[in-house]
Amino acid sequence: MSESPAHKLLSDQVMIQMDGVHKWYGAFHVLKDINLTVQKGERIVVCGPSGSGKSTTIRCINRLEEYQRGRITVDGQELSNDVKQIERIRREVGMVFQHFNLFPHLTVLENCTLAPIWVRKLPRKEAVEIAMRYLERVKIPEQAGKYPGQLSGGQQQRVAIARSLCMNPKIMLFDEPTSALDPEMIKEVLETMVTLAEDGMTMICVTHEMGFAKTVAHRVIFMDGGEIIEQNAPEEFFTNPQSDRTRLFLSQILHH
Amino acid sequence: MAEPHIPHPDLPPPVSSVGPIGWLRRNLLSSPLNIVLTLLALYLLTIAIPPLLSWAVLNATWSGDSRDACQASHGACWVFIRVHFDQFMYGFYPEGQRWRVDLSALLLIFSAAPLFIRAVPSLVKLRLSLSILVLYPLIAFLLLSGGRFGLSVVETSRWGGLLLTLVIAGVGMTAALPLGILLALGRRSQLPAIQTLCVTFIEFWRGVPLITVLFMSSVMLPLFLPTGMNFDKLLRALIGVSLFQAAYMAEVVRGGLQAIPKGQFEAAAALGLGFWKMMGLIVLPQALKLVIPGIVNTFIALFKDTSLVLIIGLFDLLNTVHNATTNPAWLGFSTEGYVFAAAVYWLFCFGMSRYSQSLEKRLHTGHKR
Ligand SMILES: Nc1ncnc2c1ncn2[C@@H]1O[C@H](COP(=O)(O)OP(=O)(O)OP(=O)(O)O)[C@@H](O)[C@H]1O
Ligand SMILES: [Mg+2]
Repeated sequence: MSESPAHKLLSDQVMIQMDGVHKWYGAFHVLKDINLTVQKGERIVVCGPSGSGKSTTIRCINRLEEYQRGRITVDGQELSNDVKQIERIRREVGMVFQHFNLFPHLTVLENCTLAPIWVRKLPRKEAVEIAMRYLERVKIPEQAGKYPGQLSGGQQQRVAIARSLCMNPKIMLFDEPTSALDPEMIKEVLETMVTLAEDGMTMICVTHEMGFAKTVAHRVIFMDGGEIIEQNAPEEFFTNPQSDRTRLFLSQILHH
Repeated sequence: MAEPHIPHPDLPPPVSSVGPIGWLRRNLLSSPLNIVLTLLALYLLTIAIPPLLSWAVLNATWSGDSRDACQASHGACWVFIRVHFDQFMYGFYPEGQRWRVDLSALLLIFSAAPLFIRAVPSLVKLRLSLSILVLYPLIAFLLLSGGRFGLSVVETSRWGGLLLTLVIAGVGMTAALPLGILLALGRRSQLPAIQTLCVTFIEFWRGVPLITVLFMSSVMLPLFLPTGMNFDKLLRALIGVSLFQAAYMAEVVRGGLQAIPKGQFEAAAALGLGFWKMMGLIVLPQALKLVIPGIVNTFIALFKDTSLVLIIGLFDLLNTVHNATTNPAWLGFSTEGYVFAAAVYWLFCFGMSRYSQSLEKRLHTGHKR
């Protein structure tokens, strides 16, 4: 496994460390010995066939899923069963979902200020200022007073990104953020993610947008059957895949 | 060069599809069957309304102080209601003290009025309703039962009529909703002990008729209490009604909780919200909004079920009316009495129903997801 040159340039502060993580759903072995180290500022794209365990892997990082064996350390703290500690870690880890999961009963602005006010205990005024800043960054400040149900899919996903950013997280997890969107909306969401990448955010992104992977990722990880099959810098990964399964997968999605 | 495209102008809709004519066509005359049904309904109305009108209004007696005033006509004798009106409202509450009841009612009406005004911001409404919820029962209890601040003591056994009905319904509703929410959350808990406790509680209370609950509270409970310990009869009824309705409420709320997509819980958790904040800020506001019809349904049932307290000898509105119809001086006017009682119950229930509809409309925030 060769590491990319970009990878070498990054600081050596480890943000996420997964050691021998195994997970079962009942008798079904979903994750098999996942080992992954993510440096601060590193951008990782995870791909693989449906059901290969991509979502499950990143959902273990903010403990939306339990795992039965192994260790995960996030920002220097090892995940445990301690609820308070899990909440503390989740504050530092933003997550964007495939189906946005905005809160439909709150306005866009309230969606963005809720966690800063109730979790970070920021004064309302400050939370609103921060929220407006991020809504401007995702280019929809004019929608602040609307409800999620009144926005297009692409706008909703950008609100979801802004909502996560308002917590000022150290890590952002994306779980197929564009796969529920129409093509013209995919672009606007990817652009938002690129600007985030340019700011040096540590990101793990499950996506099949290979163009995004090529331009933004430091490392591409390929999963199949609950295992990490291959990981490599994007140029290596796409031009010179090591395993047959990777080659098969790439031929399928690139000629799609 | 191609012709430039001229957009088609907006035309007004055809006259026959809007306005009263459109409404008539759509709702009453849309098909042969519909026309037949409309005619049938008109016919039924023409045979039902005139006799009703003549009994209740045209031939009714309104003035007078005794039953003799009603001898002349064969319409309704509303004098019966007039004479007994105070009794229907206050029961046996001492006459000189009834201003205390009026004052408590006015206090509630005026303090709650801002909640029904659209312009008041929702945060103010929330704070106000919470303070009413906490303070009003205390103040009302002090006012009504007295024994402090120079107010004479009025035993709860003397409370009656509409006052008693409203006390039982009010306490029942304010206790049943929060209790029901807790039970619903408990029933979905991951902790087996809490879950079993809540399931047992809900299934027990839903499994017995309210009459049985009231009976047991007044007949059996004293058997288990040490002698000399006397538990207020009204208090026992209040506890019985509250716990009983809480079990129903729990199931209504659980229905709402189940309708909330998993993604909402996950998004809230991913932002670092703990259990109570997740429930209070994200899940319950959505779940309760979904089940407003079910909640109001339970409230309406509760309101009417308060009349069952007559079984343990409490004089609520219905029992007071019933009592008046058996008064030897006023025999033969039970129709008027029950029509009046029904009208009062209907007024309150209809009010709740309309309020819930306007609430639903107001809380609607655009199409789902
Ligand atoms: N709650 C669950 N109970 C049982 N099995 C589950 C559960 N959630 C996921 N699985 C299974 O675990 C496997 C991995 O799921 P996961 O969602 O991580 O896949 P994925 O790689 O994200 O796939 P996709 O590209 O379709 O999102 C799948 O086979 C799925 O069927
Ligand atoms: Mg997935």
